[in-house]
Amino acid sequence: MSTAPFTAQTVVEDAEAAILATGLTKNFGETCAVAGVDLTVERGTVTALLGPNGAGKTTTVRILTTLLKPDGGSATVAGHDIARSPGAVRARIGLTGQFTAIDELLTGRENLIMIGRLARMQKAAAADRAVELLARFELADDADRRAGTYSGGMRRRLDLAASLIANPEVLFLDEPTTGLDPRSRLGMWELIEELVAQGTTVLLTTQYLDEADALADEIIVIDHGRVIARGTSDTLKDEIGGERLELRLVDPARTAHASARLTAAGVEVAGAGEAEGTISVALTRGPVEIAELIQTLDRDGFTLDEVTVHRPTLDDVFLTLTGQHAEDAGDALREGRE
Amino acid sequence: MSGISAMYNDTAVLFRRSLTHSFRSPEILAGITISPVMFVLMFRYVFGGAIDVGETTYVNYLMAGIFVQTIAFGALTTAMTLANDLEKGIVDRFFSLPMARSAVLTGRTLADLLRNAFTIVVMILVGLLVGYRPGGSVADWSAALALMLVFSFAISWVGALMALAVPKVEALQQLSFVVILPLTFVSSAFVKTDTMPGALRAFAENQPVTQVVDAVRALTLDQPVGNTVTASVVWSIAILVVSIPLAAAVFRRMGTR
Ligand SMILES: Nc1ncnc2c1ncn2[C@@H]1O[C@H](COP(=O)(O)OP(=O)(O)OP(=O)(O)O)[C@@H](O)[C@H]1O
Ligand SMILES: [Mg+2]
Repeated sequence: MSTAPFTAQTVVEDAEAAILATGLTKNFGETCAVAGVDLTVERGTVTALLGPNGAGKTTTVRILTTLLKPDGGSATVAGHDIARSPGAVRARIGLTGQFTAIDELLTGRENLIMIGRLARMQKAAAADRAVELLARFELADDADRRAGTYSGGMRRRLDLAASLIANPEVLFLDEPTTGLDPRSRLGMWELIEELVAQGTTVLLTTQYLDEADALADEIIVIDHGRVIARGTSDTLKDEIGGERLELRLVDPARTAHASARLTAAGVEVAGAGEAEGTISVALTRGPVEIAELIQTLDRDGFTLDEVTVHRPTLDDVFLTLTGQHAEDAGDALREGRE
Repeated sequence: MSGISAMYNDTAVLFRRSLTHSFRSPEILAGITISPVMFVLMFRYVFGGAIDVGETTYVNYLMAGIFVQTIAFGALTTAMTLANDLEKGIVDRFFSLPMARSAVLTGRTLADLLRNAFTIVVMILVGLLVGYRPGGSVADWSAALALMLVFSFAISWVGALMALAVPKVEALQQLSFVVILPLTFVSSAFVKTDTMPGALRAFAENQPVTQVVDAVRALTLDQPVGNTVTASVVWSIAILVVSIPLAAAVFRRMGTR
């Protein structure tokens, strides 16, 4: 058969990648939620789907977790085709949806055991695993309290614990840290890193570049259902310019002079505003560079009024990649739907 | 796990979940204890003096109606709790698991069956306290209870179907009012149908609630049952035969929409 070599190659790829999707599309009436997304996530790695509201992140996750049938394209997850063997896919994945889905009338422990039982675990095994997860997620003291009385962060942790009960090979996390305070957010990052260290493959969605940066091996930027950029955090940063230091001189008249002095010292000056006395510097060597730079200026008698570190945000990514602000892209989409 | 044992396991897990809800949710708890008691007392004492039902006392006449009305209202609980699960993403979570999806419906409707059985017992006890003096043999009562439970199972599948059609709790409240209220009040549950005007009477006399009420009433008051028992059974089975496959089809489609 002439297609044999092609088929064989596809199978080899399937065996390697934890998630392999080609040309996924999904329309809701007039709205094109996903417009041809390809993605490959290697086993044991983290990929972040980064995009603004309405970009198609949740829809992509719902397709890959067999909750939604794509209009076009195909995908394998954990080696199984989402359309042909959805049951096999479900047996190997965990999903923490965008909105916390826990049973408020059951206790934390009861929630976990119920999900474990539905995930085909024996009663005793599910109970043991629940104890383990409750301890790991700092919920042991509240294990026998109704989940309805939990705080937002506790609910989110219980939700994540529920998706881990059956030790999934591939974990889908849809905006796992949205709505969490900064401390809980860092806690969630640590948990995710730990899971990955243990060999779990993770596909997460986020609206925050720093989150994708901190967690992901590969970042896929999507907008209007399309992939507009992909790469490691470093390659994306190269593209959008990485961290910048914004300086403001007390005396704007000396801007050009200061700028020239910095350039001479081997600093990459990205721009200068003579009127306000501002200088923008691309940071390439981290905090050390900031100290050196300020010392250099100080030595030469330039007095600084203000120093701020500017880290690229999702908005910068969008500005660079599409020439549009992320919010505008979202607004345009919303208007288009109305 | 094979298909059947998986189905059994998942149904059992979700049956227990629904049952636990019944005892922990203040709304459901009130629905299965306080409100039926209120209904018995209200109808017994408010309308009891004004309505003449001829051959027996009003409370004796009333109880069959209250049983079936409460069962029919129970379908709203089925609908609301399922809609809540759909709205909150709990069903999505279930659907991402390798479980038998239909267990989401069977576990719930079976738990609702048990819940209704419990409510019937509560109502019988309250009725006895306020002058309910039924007749009927053990066989008559067994038949009456069986008819009510089969009807209960059937109507909670209608509730499930309503929730699948309108998975928003608020909108569902409106819809259920339009469906369940006429079924229970335009029936023989509280008054005899022969005083109703033409079209209303035709509806009242031929709809399922009246059939079940009449059958239960006749069985428990030593009256001739006529064809009401057969009609009740036929109605309940017809409702099940239509609503189960329909609900299952909607559910299947949801997963692969
Ligand atoms: N069930 C649905 N019916 C109709 N439209 C839908 C449905 N689900 C998603 N959409 C639309 O598809 C588009 C993509 O939505 P999606 O939820 O995938 O975005 P997202 O990237 O997850 O956004 P957010 O960051 O707001 O969660 C949006 O325009 C949304 O309104
Ligand atoms: Mg989303």
